[in-house]
Amino acid sequence: MKPARFDYVRAEHLAEVHDVLAENGNDARVIAGGQTLLPMLSMRLARPKVVVDIMHLPQLQTIDADKGTIRIGAGVRQAQLLGWPLLSDRQPLLAAALPWVGHAQTRNRGTICGSLAHADPSAEIPLVLVALGGTIELSSRRGRRRIAADIFFTGMMSTARSEDELIEAAILPARPTGSGYAFQEFGRRHGDFAIAACAAVATDKGTRLAVAGVADRATMHDFAALDGSALDDALDAFAWDLDARDDLHATARYRRELVRRMGRAVIEEARRCRA
Amino acid sequence: MPRLNATQRHRVRLTVNGRQVEADAEPRMLLTDFLRHELGLTGTHVGCEHGVCGACTIDIDGVPARACLTLAVQADGGTIRTVESLAPEPGRLSILQQAFRRHHALQCGFCTAGILMSLDCYLRDRPEPTEAELREFLGGHLCRCTGYTPILKAALEAATMLHKKRPEEQLHA
Ligand SMILES: Cc1cc2nc3c(=O)[nH]c(=O)nc-3n(C[C@@H](O)[C@H](O)[C@H](O)COP(=O)(O)OP(=O)(O)OC[C@H]3O[C@@H](n4cnc5c(N)ncnc54)[C@H](O)[C@@H]3O)c2cc1C
Ligand code: FES
Ligand code: FES
Repeated sequence: MKPARFDYVRAEHLAEVHDVLAENGNDARVIAGGQTLLPMLSMRLARPKVVVDIMHLPQLQTIDADKGTIRIGAGVRQAQLLGWPLLSDRQPLLAAALPWVGHAQTRNRGTICGSLAHADPSAEIPLVLVALGGTIELSSRRGRRRIAADIFFTGMMSTARSEDELIEAAILPARPTGSGYAFQEFGRRHGDFAIAACAAVATDKGTRLAVAGVADRATMHDFAALDGSALDDALDAFAWDLDARDDLHATARYRRELVRRMGRAVIEEARRCRA
Repeated sequence: MPRLNATQRHRVRLTVNGRQVEADAEPRMLLTDFLRHELGLTGTHVGCEHGVCGACTIDIDGVPARACLTLAVQADGGTIRTVESLAPEPGRLSILQQAFRRHHALQCGFCTAGILMSLDCYLRDRPEPTEAELREFLGGHLCRCTGYTPILKAALEAATMLHKKRPEEQLHA
């Protein structure tokens, strides 16, 4: 299939992006890496009237690490972030999860913020943001705002972004000293969307587990210093709370089992990394 | 940039295989169709047209990427290499292509152009890949004929041969 017709604007200023979005509302789509939008256009799941390209704006192409945070601009491609020499030191969880986002060939074009905008329930990048308590920075003609990742994702492929807003950056906390991280994913093939993916963050306050691919969005739960069968019970309750569904790839029951097993494995690994 | 109107064709200029080329495209035209239909470069194949199979993979601005997930107008001003650029001269194959031939790394050949372009880019950046790295990298391609083992063997052999050569002679020697 071929896309339906649309106008194309290669934005040269940020204001141009805001104008196109404000003036066209739901008929406008941002194009970043195009790795999700192009399939949607070709299958005519999306039929925008205008597509605005944000990949020629130098101010969106920066990775800024300072004061305990990492700010990743909307123009930063997944491969560029993976190639950032400080990544595994500053944010090891993201470094562990990124290689699971599609294939090298799609990471060369796909962006971090594009994945956040699309909000696929199986996607790794939203999972990492939720696990770490990251923030999404949105901008429009009306101004700028920041919103916490766990309330930004509102359901299957839906977010708190308004039609006129651009995701301008993703903001992550840098690794605090004495924290431990772990990531695991289960899928049919490496590079496929996850059937389930788990990320754990262990700090002195406790351990957080976040899960993608099971509920309609990445979902997290804080586990106190539980161990042994108490941890198994807590994981079991969490797995049920996720309200898993059967689909073509796996049954709900299978997904719950993945949460119990991978959840336990990443929690233990994150705690070990911390020690 | 002015808004490119949906119903009109617009001039797209880019460097393809070292040559400056230009042709017209509607904003919705995929780069695969632009290469094949407007420029006549039919070496780039189209399988799934939604990013999954890898047949359309080409070198876009120095990295392997899906031509079917790129609009021609997005590529305007960019630099592209396609499978047509690999052979150093008519009647001679590149080291990687020769390795594919020796190892029967293709049968129908539908997937081959994409895999060659992916590997050609990859082996520049990583002259000594491990088998595990190559396997993961080739995961971005589907081949319905070979079962992948001959492709992996060809890639490993080509990597070794290319690595032995001096850098300036690499790949196109
Ligand atoms: C074969 C294949 C396998 C894949 N596997 C995975 C996988 O395992 N895990 C995974 O997470 N993803 C996967 N993906 C998708 C991933 O590659 C995309 O990169 C990502 O989901 C979207 O990023 P993008 O920059 O390409 O966004 P685009 O395709 O350009 O845009 C996606 C959507 O987000 C909107 N958008 C983009 N940027 C912004 C912005 N800054 N502000 C507002 N809206 C914006 C667009 O309008 C569009 O609706 C896969 C894709 C392919 C083709
Ligand atoms: S045709 Fe582009 S990936 Fe299949
Ligand atoms: S050789 Fe036929 S699909 Fe690969």
